Amino acid sequence: MKAIRNIFEKTKPYVQKGAKYHWLHSVHDGFFTLFFVQKDTSKSGTHIKDYLDLKRTMAVVVFALVPALLMGIYNTGYQHYKAIGELATTGFFDICLFGLIKVVPFIIVSYVVGLGIEFVFAQYRGHEIQEGFLVSGFLIPLIMPVNTPLWMVAVATAFAVVFAKEVFGGTGMNIWNPALVARAFLFFAYPSHMSGDSVWISLKDTDKVVDGFTGATPMALAAAGTPDYSVMDAFIGLIPGSIGETSALAILIGAIILIVTGIGSWKIMVSTVAGGLFMGFLLQTFAVNEFMAIPAWHHLVLGGFAFGAIFMATDPVSAAQTSKGKYIYGFLVGVLAILIRVVNPAYPEGMMLAILLMNTFAPLIDYYVVEGNIKKRLKRATANA
Amino acid sequence: MAKEGLFSKKNQKLLSTPLNGNNPVTVQVLGICSALAVTVQLKPAVVMTLSVMAVLAFANVIISLLRNTIPSRIRIIVQLVVVAALVILVDQILKAFVYDVSKQLSVFVGLIITNCIIMGRLEAFALGNKPWPAFLDGVGNAAGYGLVLIIVSFFRELLGSGSLWGYKVIPESWYVANGGFYENNGMMILPPMALITVGAIIWFQRWKNRDLIEK
Repeated sequence: MKAIRNIFEKTKPYVQKGAKYHWLHSVHDGFFTLFFVQKDTSKSGTHIKDYLDLKRTMAVVVFALVPALLMGIYNTGYQHYKAIGELATTGFFDICLFGLIKVVPFIIVSYVVGLGIEFVFAQYRGHEIQEGFLVSGFLIPLIMPVNTPLWMVAVATAFAVVFAKEVFGGTGMNIWNPALVARAFLFFAYPSHMSGDSVWISLKDTDKVVDGFTGATPMALAAAGTPDYSVMDAFIGLIPGSIGETSALAILIGAIILIVTGIGSWKIMVSTVAGGLFMGFLLQTFAVNEFMAIPAWHHLVLGGFAFGAIFMATDPVSAAQTSKGKYIYGFLVGVLAILIRVVNPAYPEGMMLAILLMNTFAPLIDYYVVEGNIKKRLKRATANA
Repeated sequence: MAKEGLFSKKNQKLLSTPLNGNNPVTVQVLGICSALAVTVQLKPAVVMTLSVMAVLAFANVIISLLRNTIPSRIRIIVQLVVVAALVILVDQILKAFVYDVSKQLSVFVGLIITNCIIMGRLEAFALGNKPWPAFLDGVGNAAGYGLVLIIVSFFRELLGSGSLWGYKVIPESWYVANGGFYENNGMMILPPMALITVGAIIWFQRWKNRDLIEK
């Protein structure tokens, strides 16, 4: 730690006001506070109650995402070797290595592009670098199909950072979750790379696949009326899907971290799951096709539902802020996700669109919750008078 | 009073301010619907611009000539009749000479009648000015509208279809289907991207021209 601190101390004179590299000062500050807690404390006015600033908060979320990432890396290799029929002869280490080679470039591209744009904006507008992108940059690779070309990831990240975040004023001001905007952008811009049967498993044209291989996700199969998956595989995460979304188990570990540290809102998580189950049961009751007929709780482990409920819907900026509002918001996310998923004929997944839609309505929900509270208290006050 | 020249400073201003400082689309935010609808490709956008220019310039002149005889209570109806007549003329001309583009523009030529820019200029300018300035104002505003349309459609056609004016500009060998890496951006063809492109133009314009930033 001492060595790192020395580097910052040494470079500090160069980025001070009037010095040659002053234009780099927010980059310097950004990295300094990433490694060390700020010494400066408030001297007047409002006081910050503890050290848990935005950077630490974000670091906890990134930490909670790590199990999903590791599982995603393993699953990338697993699906590849399974498709070419060499699963039994390939060691655990090789499987992980294959996944690593595929997944790490996504993370690098997402961070380089996203942070690059953040730095430019911070520099140009003269404010500190906002660390919101630490999480977005980690989320973006996790919600991409593994076959997405890297330049598309770069374009989507740039689009999301500029048009979902910076135009609204940066971290804390965005209406929508930037990572989901990145995915939605790709989803509508390059649909053939974001859905279908050939994008979820990393294969080269020269790879020979085993008989009966389709590459379809369990969701797509279920939507096509031929549900064929093992719930246990879906829970552990050994099914085709976006990189980080497949393993409900790893996501659950992340959820525990978020809830124990108090970073993620359990109210949103619980109510989202409740909403999903409610809609699932409702559809199951009136099941008119195979997809509707699958048990409601299967929806929780399939597709992006778990990932969305834990990491996307709980985004503190774009979710509802009031306590009651969180329940309403989460419940509607769950209901809409399953509704879009099952009833919509065009796409077999609805979590992304459901969260983006509810992000849009979150301020409205908050408004009515606050108004309701004001009315209630006013009534009480006038009744006693 | 000295007679004002045809292209005096004041008259030149009528032509130039709508291009930037008082652009009907990016500053007054009028005529947005058609800017979203006809900008998928460059060619229809240019034809649309010329159509709006013809309608707006002549409607401005006609209303300006009639300005002292129109009773103010029925002026909207009179304006609508004039505009509608001109739109029908333009529509017929398009059908006769550029049939394929007119088919692409479909109802949007007819909808020029409802273009807020036209009613706006008739109300705000033609009713109070002489025919020649009114003509210049019409041309200027239509050009400002067209400028935005052309910029938006340039990017939408280039990125959405890989072509310009109907000609392929991105080499076929770049496409994934032919072993390359490139793919057209399907979202550029959808209306939301037109809105975002207009937004980006507004952003850029206000960045360059700080006076336009709303307080």
